[in-house]
Amino acid sequence: MRRLLSFATGLVFGLGLLISDMADPSRVLGFLDVLAIPEGGWDPTLIFVMAGAMSVSAAAWALARPRRAALFGGPMPGPARPRIDARLIGGSALFGVGWGLSGICPGAGLAALGVGGAPIALFLAAMVAGMALFALVERSLARGRASA
Amino acid sequence: MTPDWISGLLGGALLGAASGLLLLGSGRIAGISGIAGGLIEDLMRGLPGGAAGRRLTAENALFLLGLLLAPALYFGLGGVKEIGVEADAPTLIVSGLLVGFGARLGSGCTSGHGVCGAARLSRRSLAAMGVFMGAAIATVALGRLV
Repeated sequence: MRRLLSFATGLVFGLGLLISDMADPSRVLGFLDVLAIPEGGWDPTLIFVMAGAMSVSAAAWALARPRRAALFGGPMPGPARPRIDARLIGGSALFGVGWGLSGICPGAGLAALGVGGAPIALFLAAMVAGMALFALVERSLARGRASA
Repeated sequence: MTPDWISGLLGGALLGAASGLLLLGSGRIAGISGIAGGLIEDLMRGLPGGAAGRRLTAENALFLLGLLLAPALYFGLGGVKEIGVEADAPTLIVSGLLVGFGARLGSGCTSGHGVCGAARLSRRSLAAMGVFMGAAIATVALGRLV
């Protein structure tokens, strides 16, 4: 059941990105371009997408809070960690710059591959390389700490 | 420009429903960078041993497969879609590298921190969202000057 649920939720997540049009990088850039507000060309759609997503997601968290185990087995996530550290801020800043350059985030890129063709594939290849690079850096840092 | 707020709300509700169902059914956070990054790390170090490790790898792969196949369902339902990618190839490469590396370093992206974490009012996720939204808005604003 967990496997079927993973596939189905991936599919619905992608459908949500396509229906809301947030799989289209030009729509995301239209939102991020706040300097277009005085010109009247700003695209506020992302706010409605986030409002729809957050309200349903918040309801799910409210249902999840008293549960000890997931419906199809396995533990529920623990409480959110409170500590805001340099990794969180630095990583989010890098992510934000990358997102602002193209208007593509990981979910949107994956959901748009079947529509967007080569440019999306190029972005995704670089994203996979960036994630792999992070894993390599992490591993060598961990080795350095272990041998120190 | 017409704000497409109805399709935005509907699509957003589907995003929330997908992450909510994954949370309640499997106890997992629908963070795309976490799922993709986890799978990449599994593949890099050779598939993990143990039933639990294999189960997680399979779930991550199936979630991403569903995401990739979403256009088929969308077109099957009668949707019409053309997307606009304005960035050129070098920009797409730099953007992808920053998005991949940054999301892993910052423990999440628009889905994990945005849709999931911020909805549970996680301090970390709210901070991350503020930083990446700000950085993205600043990047677009600077891009206007170049």
